[in-house]
Amino acid sequence: MTKEIMTANKAVAEAARLAKPKVIPVYPITPQTTISEYLAQYVADEKIDANYVKVESEHSAISAAVGASCAGVRVFTATSSQGLMLMHEILFAAAGMRAPFVLADANRAISAPLNIWNDQQDSIAQRDAGWLQIYVENAQEALDTTLMAYKVSENPKVLLPSMVCLDGFILTHTVEPVEIPDQEPVDEFLPPYKPEHAYLDPKDPMSIGNLADPDYYLEARHDMQVAMENSIDVIQETCDEFAEIFGRKYGLVEPYKTEDADIIFVAMGSICSTIRVIVNQLRDQGEKVGLLKIRAYRPFPVEAIDEAVKDCQKLAVVDKNVTFGIGGALYTDVKAKIHKEAYGFIAGLGGRDITPEAILEMYEKTKNPVKEVTWIGLKEE
Amino acid sequence: MDIPDKDLLSPGHRGCAGCGASIAVKLALNALGENTVAISATGCLEVMTTPYPETAWEVPFIHVAFENSGAVASGVEAALRIQGKDDVNVVAFGGDGGTVDIGLQSLSGAMERGHNLTYICYDNEAYMNTGIQRSGATPFGATTTTSPKGVASFGEDKPKKDMPMIMAAHGIPYVATASIAYPEDFVNKVKKAAAVKGPAYIHLQQPCTTGWGFDSSRTIELGRLAVETGSWILYEIENGEFKITFTPEERKPVTEYLSQQKRFRHLEEEQISKIQKFVDAQCAELGL
Repeated sequence: MTKEIMTANKAVAEAARLAKPKVIPVYPITPQTTISEYLAQYVADEKIDANYVKVESEHSAISAAVGASCAGVRVFTATSSQGLMLMHEILFAAAGMRAPFVLADANRAISAPLNIWNDQQDSIAQRDAGWLQIYVENAQEALDTTLMAYKVSENPKVLLPSMVCLDGFILTHTVEPVEIPDQEPVDEFLPPYKPEHAYLDPKDPMSIGNLADPDYYLEARHDMQVAMENSIDVIQETCDEFAEIFGRKYGLVEPYKTEDADIIFVAMGSICSTIRVIVNQLRDQGEKVGLLKIRAYRPFPVEAIDEAVKDCQKLAVVDKNVTFGIGGALYTDVKAKIHKEAYGFIAGLGGRDITPEAILEMYEKTKNPVKEVTWIGLKEE
Repeated sequence: MDIPDKDLLSPGHRGCAGCGASIAVKLALNALGENTVAISATGCLEVMTTPYPETAWEVPFIHVAFENSGAVASGVEAALRIQGKDDVNVVAFGGDGGTVDIGLQSLSGAMERGHNLTYICYDNEAYMNTGIQRSGATPFGATTTTSPKGVASFGEDKPKKDMPMIMAAHGIPYVATASIAYPEDFVNKVKKAAAVKGPAYIHLQQPCTTGWGFDSSRTIELGRLAVETGSWILYEIENGEFKITFTPEERKPVTEYLSQQKRFRHLEEEQISKIQKFVDAQCAELGL
């Protein structure tokens, strides 16, 4: 084990190196670019024994990833924003074909207007693709989650691809100390990938990606729903196994001072760090407040959320995305599945800083609500 | 020509009677043998050969989407090679729509990157799977449902995109045109394509009984007429060296080819002579 100061992009690249993917089709895009650069260098330096496929677009990156995965190898790719939007069609195919590979998404806003800064609209827009989506808070978690994602995706009870979502710039371009595990324990945790089902072997020919008429399509999609439900336990088991080997504990969600809280913030990604500071500040003032960090957004961990918020009065849900005409995606999911009084806050779109004051404002507007969904940080006039 | 005992594309698939695409794939797979992985774009071929839980493919087969068979093939090839499976043939099939239109970028990337694979475009000159809409490969004068004849239209008003030459411009080691009516020529080209190290592209003309409008017993005959009139020229470009691979003894007038198809039957003398001039110019350019 070594400890180094690095960005979350480098942490993701390190995780990819440790996972030993055999094919890496990747196309650069801000703020994911350094992931594609690190991996190109690792391959050039023979630190990874992989075919780095220099594709001409994200659409081809994801298409080559599906092809390679179905040919029986572990695959890694990464993208961001417009790139993920270009992949949209094939994200659904990847999940439907049950290709268990991992994609890191450097969360960035979506055009128009053109904007390269952080929010989570890009991955939220892919939430129905059948991918597992895990949001991370820091560089260490980005590394650890990328490794765990392979183990979860490749589990025969799951066999769905995973998207590791890390906030653009806030994480991808900010350095922090990160522990890089040694190869040996990683190999123990994540043995070489052996496809049990569909793969392209001339000795055992099978057809993958067939046409399915109305007699079969519904069952194929239902199988994905079952796999997504299965992934809840698999994620938790994988986190537990990871903690045993590497000592860092993760889960589907991460509660912070929620036990006796009256109001609990619900949020995803790097903003949780700022919220935790505010929780402490408010606690010092005698306010009973907590934070529930959602790591797994798909599958949506209803039981884990219920358990963490069961004794509180209200939820303040923070969304760095909007689903126009209704509210933030996390907020609408919470409203649909968690039976608590909840208020939604749309903030930080296109990289607008979510300040401590903004979080205090959310708290005030949950304590003394005026409306269900509020956009925070809008300029006057 | 050796005809193997066992076809690697099984009969009983859902192609139309007289379908040229299935003939094309059968010939190609026979040339490549069992140690092959096939990729297909969405289109007639995929739909008619893989209705779950059936498949006509006796070799491993993958389909992902319409416009990405070049990229899917790239991924498959990269994965096979890194596993040391250097001897496995990788062959991708796309229709003309999936190749010259929506799949062009993906295919261009695959060719430029130098993957060791063969791409075969089975060109039936329109989007046949969805009911005969024009593509970039639809020839001048042909009617389709989106280039119909009307008071202000005689059908498709642009010549066919010259896809083999676009592929040749990538500097890949092997490019060829072919026709299902010349199976020996086609099979030889597939074998050459598989033998070269690097990407190979074969553009195969494949008459479509449904889309072109001729009796389903005449698929091969129509393919032959296309070549005999110079409407489709058989050549190969091997490491930059251009060679005509079949020269008709006497080139027939294009009317002999056009008049046999419903899609051209509306044409007036003016358009027919224009097509004849196109064909003459093309033959002169390529030295036929």
